[in-house]
Amino acid sequence: MTQAARLAASLLADMQAAGAVPVAADILQPAETLLDLYGEDIRARAFVTDDPVLGEMMLRPDFTVPVVQAHMTGGAEPARYCYAGPVFRKQTGARAREYLQVGYELFARDDAAKADAEVFALFARLLGGYGLRPVTGDIGILKAAVSGLQTSPERKAALLRHIWRPRRFRALLERMGGHGPLAAARAELVATLRRAPAARLMEEAGQMVGLRSEGEIAARVARVLADAETPPLAREDVARLEALLALAAPASAALAQMRAQDWPAIGPALDRLEARLGALAKAGIDPDTLPFEASFGRTTMEYYDGFVFGFVSAREDLPPVATGGRYDALTAVLGQGRAIPAVGGVIRPELLAKLEGGR
Amino acid sequence: MSIKLGVPSKGRLMEKTFDWFSERGISLKRTGEAREYAGAVDGIDGVELVLLSAAEIPRELAAGRIHLGVTGTDLVREELGDWAAQVAELAPMGFGHADLIVAVPKAWVDVETLDDLDAAAAAFRAQHGFRLRIATKYHRLVRDYLRAHGVADYQLVDSQGATEGTVKNLTAEAIADITSTGETLRANHLKILRDAPVLCSQATLFAARAADWAGLEGVADDLGARLGVDLRAAWA
Repeated sequence: MTQAARLAASLLADMQAAGAVPVAADILQPAETLLDLYGEDIRARAFVTDDPVLGEMMLRPDFTVPVVQAHMTGGAEPARYCYAGPVFRKQTGARAREYLQVGYELFARDDAAKADAEVFALFARLLGGYGLRPVTGDIGILKAAVSGLQTSPERKAALLRHIWRPRRFRALLERMGGHGPLAAARAELVATLRRAPAARLMEEAGQMVGLRSEGEIAARVARVLADAETPPLAREDVARLEALLALAAPASAALAQMRAQDWPAIGPALDRLEARLGALAKAGIDPDTLPFEASFGRTTMEYYDGFVFGFVSAREDLPPVATGGRYDALTAVLGQGRAIPAVGGVIRPELLAKLEGGR
Repeated sequence: MSIKLGVPSKGRLMEKTFDWFSERGISLKRTGEAREYAGAVDGIDGVELVLLSAAEIPRELAAGRIHLGVTGTDLVREELGDWAAQVAELAPMGFGHADLIVAVPKAWVDVETLDDLDAAAAAFRAQHGFRLRIATKYHRLVRDYLRAHGVADYQLVDSQGATEGTVKNLTAEAIADITSTGETLRANHLKILRDAPVLCSQATLFAARAADWAGLEGVADDLGARLGVDLRAAWA
């Protein structure tokens, strides 16, 4: 048994002792579910293979999806699950393509703050002694800030859709503020579309081909023209949002700074953060020293929508040793109408073994 | 032991490659009867001509079975992961120009840029219940490009030929393909998005890092001097 496998077994036993039921998941997962969830980008990250009967399959890139699916089809509530096994990711360079993940997932309807704190405190305890730096964040605050912008629902939806793609998000913010390269291209498009009714423009453009209908094109033309009448995002709103995205401070201080903004739209999300910090304090985690970074978790796969956390080593050549967070929306997507609040995380034992070897 | 030079085995690409070498004092020619893929090199010793399908040249370079190869930058970047670690790009050859572009129906008067395509893809998925399909054979290049530009809610569907026809045949909503003149696109009622192309490709001389260059340094220097390139880049 390798050192990593020994660590995985001992972490799994600790998670069981914390009340989690061990679950297994197939290595071969149907590709369609993962593609629908993550989009085409997952193909660049996961190994795809195919089965003559079942069609495209993926070597599981994580356990979250199968564990959520298993819970949705027959789990009792609240539920705590743990698992350990290899996951597979395409990488460039020397990074591992196949590595172990040990994970803990908690499904509970009441007291989200307490559930968040339970998971984080468990990870902090299991990882104590490795000299890792914890980081926390909250995607829910970012979503609330975007939803609270003084602009059209369409613009908010476009920004919310790209919260996990920081560059695209910034480009959209710029365009909606009326500057940057996208704004110039948009102004040209608007000028063209104002020249004549959509139906005439389509007629002039030539034969209709493809599945996207005239009605769909006309509807987007109407949206583009309506958007052109929407006032640009106020500079102070954008500046406030950007200041929020850049915020990094100990959690209690970060909360105080965000409260001081007097920003009603993010008030409820800040209440949730405050409740979480209270629950963390009760679980023995000091909010006055716990690092909080508002943008943390934005570049991971897009399913975390609330509390997010990570444990990172000082060695810059290593990826985060553990990551996790809340993914309520994912359970709604996979549950086909049913949803359950969920929070969880994973640890990579090989990285722990490396850290032990380096001591 | 000799340096194996892989060259496309037929058509304009082969002729232009022969011209390019001939301008540099090295004569490449096919030998034997017309259907036999054998070749000869005059004007320099220690170089062997290997005639191959242009599409196979990236793979042969990666495996180190040929030392040098002429093929399009599009094929090398699509076929070889971390391509720069596997081949050295020695010289663009000034022919075989083709752009890899994204095209949509001309009737999409609301879509001129990737920014528009992304918005159209979101609405399309909401309307049809599946992600907007883009037909291509350049999966890796197109996916990296769309990802870098933050386009979401699309899927790539494989098309190894007649890609421009997929939209009319309702197997894709848009395409990403190589075009040199754009005539086929126009004939199929498609237009190119205004953003910079995914890739501007041309015929290029590549050297294989995995090939066995031991004992060939002298020939390599000689050949490099004639061609005006540094073959030592392959094992540097």
